[in-house]
Amino acid sequence: MIQDYLLPVGLLSGIGLLAGVALVLAAKFMAVSTDEKFELVRALLPGANCGACGYAGCDDYAAKVAEGKAEVNLCLPGGDSAARRIALTLGRGEVKVVPKTAVVACSCGYTGENTKMRYHGRHSCVAASLFYKGNLTCDHGCLGFGDCVQACKFNAISIQNGLAVVDKKRCTGCGKCAMVCPHQVIWIRPHAAHIHVACINPESGAATRRECKYGCIGCHKCEKVCPTGAIKLQGNIAWTFPELCTKCGACVEACPVGVIRDCFRAAIEKADEPAAVTAAQ
Amino acid sequence: MEFYFALLLDTILVSNVVLAQFMGICPFLGVSRKLDSAVGMGCSVTVVLVLATAATWVINTYFLLPYGLDYLRTLIFILVIAALVQLLEITMKKYLPALHRALGIYLPLITTNCAVLGVTISAVDEGLDFLPALVFALGSGLGFLLAMLLFAGVRSKLENCDIPPAFRGMPCTLIAASLVAMAFMGFSGVADGIFSI
Repeated sequence: MIQDYLLPVGLLSGIGLLAGVALVLAAKFMAVSTDEKFELVRALLPGANCGACGYAGCDDYAAKVAEGKAEVNLCLPGGDSAARRIALTLGRGEVKVVPKTAVVACSCGYTGENTKMRYHGRHSCVAASLFYKGNLTCDHGCLGFGDCVQACKFNAISIQNGLAVVDKKRCTGCGKCAMVCPHQVIWIRPHAAHIHVACINPESGAATRRECKYGCIGCHKCEKVCPTGAIKLQGNIAWTFPELCTKCGACVEACPVGVIRDCFRAAIEKADEPAAVTAAQ
Repeated sequence: MEFYFALLLDTILVSNVVLAQFMGICPFLGVSRKLDSAVGMGCSVTVVLVLATAATWVINTYFLLPYGLDYLRTLIFILVIAALVQLLEITMKKYLPALHRALGIYLPLITTNCAVLGVTISAVDEGLDFLPALVFALGSGLGFLLAMLLFAGVRSKLENCDIPPAFRGMPCTLIAASLVAMAFMGFSGVADGIFSI
């Protein structure tokens, strides 16, 4: 009787009790104290987990900031306001955030005529790029299937006439689109660098010309016309240096193929210079 | 030595936990989407399996069998596994924070992983001694890891395929899982043939 009923009950409750006590003791003696600063900083971050700061998500970045191992101004979606509030919370001094934005370095995209084959595969840039670098005659252009559109967490990028177009008002510069683009056509550049060359085809002028009507042919015209030396040829494509650029627009007008874009002219005219913003404590 | 090797080969390939015994299908389908999470899950299951088998084997041999309480096995094993996983998590958080972050969310999930309960019960059912039982658990865990790795590879291939709309998502995943399981049927008899047990 006792053997049949009490023993199993006793054994089971004994093991349960033992496990419970062991867990309580373990929780007590091996408790890891969490940093209050972490909670405060984490609450100020936008929580997009985009990884623009270079850490694995907002939690990781908040922990690093709380430990003092990371700067407070790395969050691009949070931008200036988040950086200022984090700096206030942690009692740090002045912070600067250089706003960045995605830039599409292709002027052509998929026009319907510039193809070297008929592609019937999956509707994805990565998949298309696996087959001989995609269906376009140019191996370095925007394929226009919109992998970047899906990657964007802020709905800031769209495909218009076969070419990715960035909505600079929504773009936070997190770089998710740049990471998924198989041809590395999307660049993350400082907001202030609003003149850029929308082509990355590194082949010679003649070869580029055969492949695409809108490619940079490396003619040196922009280089000659620029008064400050802010645009220079790197190999066969022109490259801009925003720190030297006076935004005069001479190169934009000189370019015979029209690949140099003043993509933020409208935005600049409306608002003031969105360059480095300083926040005092 | 040969016996242990045969046991490992048998548990990893021939009677693979997932692909031959169909235990632990939930994490197999749920966490195999990305390679790194599949590896994380597989490693945590392996660690928990060995620890759980060590604990349950002792309880079974010294407490349950002498008093004829075999019928309590399932209940007590679940209790022990759940407590063990929690204890492991607390310990890991304290002493191995990096590993804890890597395995993080997968550890609590293992509490309800039927593969853990299944393997601990079969280790006892087969009447193995302590050390062979541990090797059996290790092999089962490695088999689970292998299945997860293979299937994560298969799924990453599936991601870039043009699948008919009706088969997208789970249907296609289940078909792929059945094909991988069928491929593993080719291993039946391999261990017997090599070691002629």
